[in-house]
Amino acid sequence: MADALGIAAVRPRRAAPRGERLGTSLTLGVVTTFLGIVVVLPIAALVWQSKGQGAHGFWSVVSSPEAVAALELTLGAAVVVALINGVLGTITAWVLVRDSFPGRSLVNAVIDLPFALPTIVAGLTLLALYGPSSPVGVDVAFTRAAVVLALLFVTLPFVVRTVQPVLHELDVEMEEAARSLGAREPTVFRRIVLPNLLPGILSGVALALARAVGEIGAVVIISGNNPYRTEVASVFVMNRIESGDPAGAAAVAVVLLCIAFAILLAIGGLRFLLTRHERA
Amino acid sequence: MRRFLPRVVALGYLLVVLLAPLGMVFYRTFQHGAAPVWTAISSPEAVHAFELTLLVTAIAVPLNTVFGICAAFAIVRRRFPGKGLLNAFIDLPLAISPVVVGLSLYLLYGRTGWFGSWLTAHGIQVLFAWPAIALATVFVSVPFVAREVVPTLRELGDDQEQAARTLGASGWQTFRRVTLPSIRWAVVYGVVLTTARCLGEYGAVAIVSGRVAGKTETMTLLVDDDYQNFDLSGAYAAALVLAAIAVVVLVVMTLTKPKEEAA
Repeated sequence: MADALGIAAVRPRRAAPRGERLGTSLTLGVVTTFLGIVVVLPIAALVWQSKGQGAHGFWSVVSSPEAVAALELTLGAAVVVALINGVLGTITAWVLVRDSFPGRSLVNAVIDLPFALPTIVAGLTLLALYGPSSPVGVDVAFTRAAVVLALLFVTLPFVVRTVQPVLHELDVEMEEAARSLGAREPTVFRRIVLPNLLPGILSGVALALARAVGEIGAVVIISGNNPYRTEVASVFVMNRIESGDPAGAAAVAVVLLCIAFAILLAIGGLRFLLTRHERA
Repeated sequence: MRRFLPRVVALGYLLVVLLAPLGMVFYRTFQHGAAPVWTAISSPEAVHAFELTLLVTAIAVPLNTVFGICAAFAIVRRRFPGKGLLNAFIDLPLAISPVVVGLSLYLLYGRTGWFGSWLTAHGIQVLFAWPAIALATVFVSVPFVAREVVPTLRELGDDQEQAARTLGASGWQTFRRVTLPSIRWAVVYGVVLTTARCLGEYGAVAIVSGRVAGKTETMTLLVDDDYQNFDLSGAYAAALVLAAIAVVVLVVMTLTKPKEEAA
């Protein structure tokens, strides 16, 4: 608030005292060292090792029919899941913010369940209900539908949680003004609500996409991991390692890494575009 | 009728995807009474898996809590070159596949890896032992505390901190007496998320642990192992323990969540 009113800008900038500078460099040193050892070094090792086999070796693994099938399934399922959650997640967020019914706060808490529940348990729970011994007669186990179902489970909270705060902040007066000017409900939603929610929806969809592309725990039990049919890319990588081919695993892992970087970049770009009026 | 449509769609979706499967696991686990469940979760393998999971969680959570607070502080309160890069690397574990994390550690600490020969020469076992499991767990749970604390710290502003400094408080005093009390719920929420992730990690741990039952198997690996050995009741029992922890985590999350609705 103070920033918005320009108060912060009036405060004279003083040189940081010595103690503070020391504290800053100490904190920064700790943060970068930790991140370097824990995150950056292993990633560097992965990229380095995949380079070791040369461009030809890399390409022959990535373009092998099994790897192509796995990557296609992964991307296809991830896009489908991200889109479904984009729509249903937005509706869910809307219901949680604008609708009122008994037990709403309980439902709100349940949204976070996929964050709290280990993914392997998620896979097992889905198999219990939608597997061969399904009590409701729906058996999708070991099919591509199972992959989609598992990914829906683990990515459910993302869109809800990015749209919810935006919807909270959204001024109802805007919608009332539109209504008083004669706009019908669908028009109000399409012209007033949706444009405001779109950034939130998009970043939620991007997060869900990233998560879905990399997911393994929820998928590994219910998909059956059939090569060419239900084997996702992360399972492909794991199988390569277990059959003693870390180079082949590294090739596909690098592809997954690149996809993750691309999605992160897209989210960063989105954030940059959205905050441009705040920064100006 | 049309007024209720969004509600029905949303609740139906949650029921089909989230709640019904979870309820089903509770039902399946106790289908034959509580005795087999107890046998399964008190077996030596299960107890060891539980201990190992707790050990790596006890390593990862404090490390990432301290890191997360420091990183959030640096990102919000300080100016330095490469801030964007730091931000990106903190978010990275959220975006990359756990399998990629596992493979990276495998290639770094394995026999042919960068540190492989040095570690072998000195007789230090990292891969296929608890240190690698701990490293994998720390990696995947890096972002949570930082990501919760950053927005809280930003919203807080630094007026109070400035005031404390004017009154002669040192940097550490300011942090402990002024900043920390204001961000404590964000820290707690971040810690809860970190804990949940540590307990539930599967993909990264599966690759670096070697999956030796009773030795390097965590809870999640035990669930998978039991399932693959057609020991469904064992798998359900271990899954139930994890699910029960998840429900506790969910309750704590709900109680500590930084309130956006109160505003």
